[in-house]
Amino acid sequence: MSVAENQAAAGRGSTRTVAILSSLGRFLVVAVTTYLGLLAVTFFIGRVIPIDPVLAVLGDRAPTAVVERTRREMGLDLPWIEQFYLYVKAALRGDFGTSVLTTNPVMSDIRRVFPATIELATLGTIIGAVIGVPLGVLAAVKRGSLIDQIARVVGLIGYSVPIFWLGLLGLVLFYAKLQWIAFPARLDVVYEYTFTPITGFYLLDAAIQGQWDVFHDAWRHIVLPAALLGYLSLAYISRMTRSFMLNELAQEYIVAARAKGLSETRVIWGHALRNAAVPMVTVIALSYANLLEGSVLTETVFSWPGIGLYITNSLQNADMNAVLGGTIAIGSVFIAINLLSDLLYRLLDPRTKIG
Amino acid sequence: MSAETIQSRREWLLSDQPASRLQARLGRAYVSWRRFSANRLALVGMLIIIALLVVAAFADVLAPYSPTVGDLKNARLLAPSAAHWFGTDDLGRDIYSRIVYGARWTLYVVILVAIIAAPIGLLVGTVAGYAGGWTDTILMRVTDIFLAFPKLVLALAFVAALGPGIENAVLAIAITSWPPYARIARAETLTVRNSDYIKAVQLMGASPVRIVLRHIMPLCISSLIIRVTLDMAGIILTAAGLGFLGLGAQPPLPEWGAMIASGRRFILDQWWVAAAPGAAILIVSLGFNLLGDGLRDALDPRSGDQ
Repeated sequence: MSVAENQAAAGRGSTRTVAILSSLGRFLVVAVTTYLGLLAVTFFIGRVIPIDPVLAVLGDRAPTAVVERTRREMGLDLPWIEQFYLYVKAALRGDFGTSVLTTNPVMSDIRRVFPATIELATLGTIIGAVIGVPLGVLAAVKRGSLIDQIARVVGLIGYSVPIFWLGLLGLVLFYAKLQWIAFPARLDVVYEYTFTPITGFYLLDAAIQGQWDVFHDAWRHIVLPAALLGYLSLAYISRMTRSFMLNELAQEYIVAARAKGLSETRVIWGHALRNAAVPMVTVIALSYANLLEGSVLTETVFSWPGIGLYITNSLQNADMNAVLGGTIAIGSVFIAINLLSDLLYRLLDPRTKIG
Repeated sequence: MSAETIQSRREWLLSDQPASRLQARLGRAYVSWRRFSANRLALVGMLIIIALLVVAAFADVLAPYSPTVGDLKNARLLAPSAAHWFGTDDLGRDIYSRIVYGARWTLYVVILVAIIAAPIGLLVGTVAGYAGGWTDTILMRVTDIFLAFPKLVLALAFVAALGPGIENAVLAIAITSWPPYARIARAETLTVRNSDYIKAVQLMGASPVRIVLRHIMPLCISSLIIRVTLDMAGIILTAAGLGFLGLGAQPPLPEWGAMIASGRRFILDQWWVAAAPGAAILIVSLGFNLLGDGLRDALDPRSGDQ
């Protein structure tokens, strides 16, 4: 290799590095402004909309001395901008105040309930992806066939059905009539006090400790809500998979692969699906984020003690610190998944230009 | 009407050289309608929405009982029968009548959200796209920030601060649903802002306000309508979710989500109290989704032969 070529190669390498760095830099700017935006909105909801924020935080039965102290602590006598600065500083420390309902710091409540939501959303996404991707691929390959029609109907209903209603009907059928699943909760009362969770994901904890009776019980409680969330993500994932696959199958490399005499199975699952994999990662990540949010209604129906139920319980009791803390928690994870899947897409797909 | 007049009218509509602006417009509408009506599912969707409008308009005629006052003594939690098609609820109210009146509240929510959110998105998007530079950067950053938020959770928090009620639910949903419209309007604006006819209007001395209002916004309308129609199902589901959590419409309003919530207590024994309003939500959302898909296929220039 000549000197000139070397230099050219080095030049290319460094422009790619610069490009990656600048794209990371832009990612940071986007991440910081989005989080500041989230905090600005919750600040607006918690401090600007209520006529008396102290009342919104403490409820109307707090003693006068406490009200006065909280008013000073919240810095309500300061100008807006300074209040917001203090608010952001507290939020960065994970300090969202104290919940009136549980009397704990909101952050410790959130740490306690979040694993339940993660467990539910993860299982839901797994169900959605495992069924949704093959369904979407088959629908694209056999376009216009019966399976394509089925996938279409399944998807349309998934986009149109109120999830809490479907959950209630599921409870009537599978719990009351067929008795296939357990009543709405996370564990039977028997296990509630004998079982010590490690990670907070009960299925995993029970498996680690070899307590298969607990595992079975936890499974009987989680299977219906997870299946419902799985259906929601299935509707989205199968629809997107179908359109990605149609896009790939129309490319010339598919014709080339077929001309080489590759089996149809390899052409579809090996070549086409592989090239559709990068956008698929984004879609699955986004559907995961949506399930975190969708869990609010599902958890309410199934008395699932996750962050969704925590938020709705706090709402019923006008516990504003807890509501906003929960909103920030879900919002943060939601935003993080959004941003990371976008970044991943840029880094993984060689066709997207970096920079 | 004879076959020949129909034939000649079709020719007039499909003419390659329309003699008037009216003829060109009617011709385009005709072509779009032909493409739309070839899609049977889209027609089904349209029929559902028309039925919703009719039911809402003639609720007084269609509902045999009062939606808010029931017969507590004799008609509590009755199973579906000839007298009460969908049964009665815990206050002895006829569920069919409540669903018929509930159509009004569903339309109320959907139309109000569209009226509030679409113009905000349209304004932000066209101004950002036409002005460019810093204005564009800042407006689009704000849009993206809102786009990255979880909508339902944010709507929950807004209603928590504003207080429960159907107006506040509408406001909360509208606040969280304008960003996609801004993105669409901006994309449309960017495709036309450098075209010759905009240059011509600029040369004639039109002010930026006039250009955006009169020459750019009208071009964004059709893609915006498609998107709004597609979003209707989501709006209905969010509103029903808020109602289910007790944050939307308050009793005794016959709102479908709140009706499901009140039926929840009897779900194991009197399942019909919650079943019927949920089915109504499902059918109407499905209708909007089918209609939106059909409109997109018929009107979206990229998917057609225009």
